[in-house]
Amino acid sequence: MMARRLLFIIPGVVFCILAIYFAVGLTKDPSQLPSVLINTPVEIFQLPPIKGRDTHGLASTDFVGEVALLNVFGSWCISCKIEHPFLMSLKQTGDVPLHGIDWREPDPDAGPDWLKREGDPYTLVGDDPDSKGAIAFGVTGAPETFVVDKKGIIRYKHVGPMSPEVWKNVIYPLVLSLRAQ
Amino acid sequence: MITEIGHFALILAMFVACAQAVLPMAGAARNNVAWMDFARPAAVIQFVLVSFSFGVLMYGFIVSDFSLAVVFQNSHTDKPLIYKISGTWGNHEGSMLLWVVILSIFGCAVALFGSNLPPALRARVLAVQSFIAVGFYLFLLLTSNPFARLVPPPVNGQGLNPLLQDFGLAIHPPMLYLGYVGFSMAFSFAIAALIEGRVDAAWGRWVRPWTLAAWGFLTGGITLGSWWAYYELGWGGWWFWDPVENASFMPWLAGTALLHSAIMVEKRDTMKGWTVFLAIVTFSLSLLGTFLVRSGVLTSVHAFATDPARGVFILILLIIVIGGSFALFAWRGPTIRNTGVFQPISREGGLLLNNVVLTTATAAVLLGTLYPLFLDAVNGSKVSVGAPFFEAVFIPIIIPMIVAMAIGPLLGWKRADIQVAMKRLRLAFVLAGLVAVATWSIMTDGPFMGVLGLALATWVGMGALVELAERIRLFRDPVAASLSRLIRTPRSSWGMTLGHLGLAVAIAGMTGAGSWKVESIQTMSPGETVKVGGYEYTFTGAQEGQGPNYSFTRATFEVTRNGEPVITMHPENRRYPVRSMPTTEAAIHSLFLGDLYAVVGDADGSDGSYVTRLYWNPLVAWMWIGAIIMVAGAGISLTDRRFRVGVPQRRKAFATTTAAET
Repeated sequence: MMARRLLFIIPGVVFCILAIYFAVGLTKDPSQLPSVLINTPVEIFQLPPIKGRDTHGLASTDFVGEVALLNVFGSWCISCKIEHPFLMSLKQTGDVPLHGIDWREPDPDAGPDWLKREGDPYTLVGDDPDSKGAIAFGVTGAPETFVVDKKGIIRYKHVGPMSPEVWKNVIYPLVLSLRAQ
Repeated sequence: MITEIGHFALILAMFVACAQAVLPMAGAARNNVAWMDFARPAAVIQFVLVSFSFGVLMYGFIVSDFSLAVVFQNSHTDKPLIYKISGTWGNHEGSMLLWVVILSIFGCAVALFGSNLPPALRARVLAVQSFIAVGFYLFLLLTSNPFARLVPPPVNGQGLNPLLQDFGLAIHPPMLYLGYVGFSMAFSFAIAALIEGRVDAAWGRWVRPWTLAAWGFLTGGITLGSWWAYYELGWGGWWFWDPVENASFMPWLAGTALLHSAIMVEKRDTMKGWTVFLAIVTFSLSLLGTFLVRSGVLTSVHAFATDPARGVFILILLIIVIGGSFALFAWRGPTIRNTGVFQPISREGGLLLNNVVLTTATAAVLLGTLYPLFLDAVNGSKVSVGAPFFEAVFIPIIIPMIVAMAIGPLLGWKRADIQVAMKRLRLAFVLAGLVAVATWSIMTDGPFMGVLGLALATWVGMGALVELAERIRLFRDPVAASLSRLIRTPRSSWGMTLGHLGLAVAIAGMTGAGSWKVESIQTMSPGETVKVGGYEYTFTGAQEGQGPNYSFTRATFEVTRNGEPVITMHPENRRYPVRSMPTTEAAIHSLFLGDLYAVVGDADGSDGSYVTRLYWNPLVAWMWIGAIIMVAGAGISLTDRRFRVGVPQRRKAFATTTAAET
C-alpha cells in the first residue's frame, strides 16, 4: 500500500525538480552569449567615416591609449532606437569616449540620416556595410556594446539595448577599474 | 474606442471565469444544482466576451490601427490583407489571446453539447477549464496586454517578419493551439475525476473524443509547421529537433499514448490511474510547449518574444497548474482501483507496450530539450543538443513500438495467442522482407536505417491492412459477406486502420528523406547544367523584379531526365525592405518517388552567375500524405456514433455492440 502511494508521488517530485531548474534558468539571461573574442586584442581593421562627418572613420588603432566603448548600430535596427536616448545622455556626461560602427546600412545615406534625426552620440563612427569591423569584434547582432581597455583588448560585450541599469551596475564600474589598471 | 471595449470585454471575461472556476466546483461538492448549472451560461458568456475581444484586435490589424502597440510592431500598411489578419496571432500577445479564445470554444462546446454528462462531472470539468482560463487572462492582462496603446501613434508599422508572411504558417499556430488547448479537456476531465474519486468506463468514453480531436489538430499543426520549414527555410530539411518543434512533439507523443490508454479504461476498466496521469502529463507538456517559446527559458530560432517578467509569471502558472494537479494526483490517485486483469500477451499488453515506449520517448525528448537549461543552471555553460542526440536516442526507443504496432491490433483482449497473430501477419512479414531486399539492392551505398525504415513502414502498413482483412473475414467468407462487414465496420475502427496506415506512409517518407537525400551547392552561370539525383538542372538565368511589398530575384531552371524535359522551375529569393530581411522561396516539384527542390541564393559577381542549391528529397510527399491520412483517421473516428449518442443513458445497449466488435 505504501509502495503504491509512493508511486503516485513520483510525478510530483519530478516536477518539483524541474520547476527548480526552470526557476534557476529564468535568472539567466538568454541573450548573454559568451563571446570568443573577450580578452583578445581588437583585430586590425579600418573603416571609412560615414557620410557628412569630418572625423576620420574608425580603426583598430583608435582603441589604444584610452578605455573606450564601442557601440554597433544600424538605422534598420529597432532595438538601437530604444537604447539611443540613453547613449545621447551618456554623451552629455562626456566621461567615456563612445565609438560607433554603423553596420550593414542598405545605402550610404541611411546611417547619417538616422543620426541626424535621432542625434549623434559618437566620438568616431565607421561605416561598415561589409561587416569588416563587426567581424573584428565578433558581433552577433545589433545593438551590441563593447568595452575596450587601454591596450586595445576587448574586455566586455553587452548584447541588446544599453540601459541605465546595465551602465550603472556593470559597465561603468568596469570602465573605472580598467582605467585604474 | 472599440479597442477599449475589447480590452474591457477581456477583463470582464476574466471575472466571469473566476466565478465559473469557483461556484460550480463548490456546487458540485455541496450538491447544489443551481450553482453547478451556473457553469453552462458562464462558459457561453466567456466565449462571447473573449471572441469579441479577439475580433476587436483583429479589426485593429485589418484597419492598421498603429496606436495599438502589437499592430505597430507586427503589421504594416503594405502587407496583404490575409497576412494582416494572420498577424493577429503571429505575435506573442495575439497568440495568447487566441489561446484563450480556443479554450473558451472548448468550454462552450462542453456546455452546449455535454448534456449527456452527469451534472456534477460537467460542473467540475467546466470549473477546472475555467481555472486554467483565469491563469491565462491574468497572464494576458498583467504581462502581455494586446490592447496596450502607443502615444503618439506612429505613421506606419514595423511589418511582420517576412519569414512568417506565408499561408502555411498563417494557419499553423491556430491548428497547433487547437491541439494544445484540446488536451486541456482531457486534463479537466482527469482533475474532475480525481476530485470525484471516480474513473470508470464512461469517463474513458467521454475523454476519448476530446483527446482524439486534440490529437488530430496537433498532428495537422505539427505537419503544417514541418511543411513550412521544408519549403520556406530553403534548407530542404523538414524537422530540426529545434526546442520549439520538440515542444509541440512532446504533447503529441504523450497524447498518442493517452489516446491508446483511454481505450483500455473504456473497454477493460484498467490502467485508470495511468490514464489520468497521462492526461495531466499531456496537457502539462502542452502548457510547456506554449510557454517554452515565450518565456526566454529556452532560446531558439523560432523565439519571437523573450521577456523575463513574463517568464516568472509563466513559471508560477506552471507550478500552480502542473504542481497542483500532481499533488492532487498523489493524494487522490491511490484510491483509483482497476478491475480488469490481463496477461502480458494480449491487446492490453500491446497497448501497454505502446504506452511505455511513447512515454520513454517523450521523456527522452524532454531531457534533450531541457538539458541545455540544466547545464546552464548547474555551471553556466551554454550547449545545444542537436539532431544527432535525438536521432541516436529516439529512433531505437521507438522501433519496438513500430514492430509491435502491426501485432497488437490482432491480439484479443485479456489473453491472446501470439502465434495465431503472427501467422496472420505472414504476408506482411514477407512483403517487408522483400521491400528490405529490394531497397538494399537498389540503394547499395545507402544507410542501413533506410532499409530498416522502409521494411518497418511496409510491416506496419500491411499490418493495418491485414487487421482490416481479418475484421471483415476477407477470402474466408464470401466476398459479399466481407463487403457488408466492411460497410458495417465501426468508424472508430476505421480511425485505427487509417491512423496506423498513415503512420506507415509517413515513416516511409521520413526514411526516404532522411536516408537518400542528395544535395548540391554551387555557383552556376547561365547555360550551366548540374546533375542531382538523376535529374539535370540547366540554369538559364535570373531576373530581378518587384513584388507587392518586396523585391526579388527569380531564377529559371530547365529540368530534364535523360534529356527528356520534366519541368521548368522558378525559385525566388525575396527581400523585404521593411525588415531588410531576405527569404527564400524554394521551387519544389513533387514526384511519386521524391521532390525536386531548387533554391537560388545571391548573385556571384556581375556576369549573371548565382549561388544555387539543388536537392533531391526522396519520398518527402509521403510524409505529408501520411499525416493527412492520420488526421482523416481521427476525423472519421470522431464521427463514430458511440461518441455522439447519450452515452450514460444507453450504456447497456452499447455493452453488447462493444463486445461484438472486439
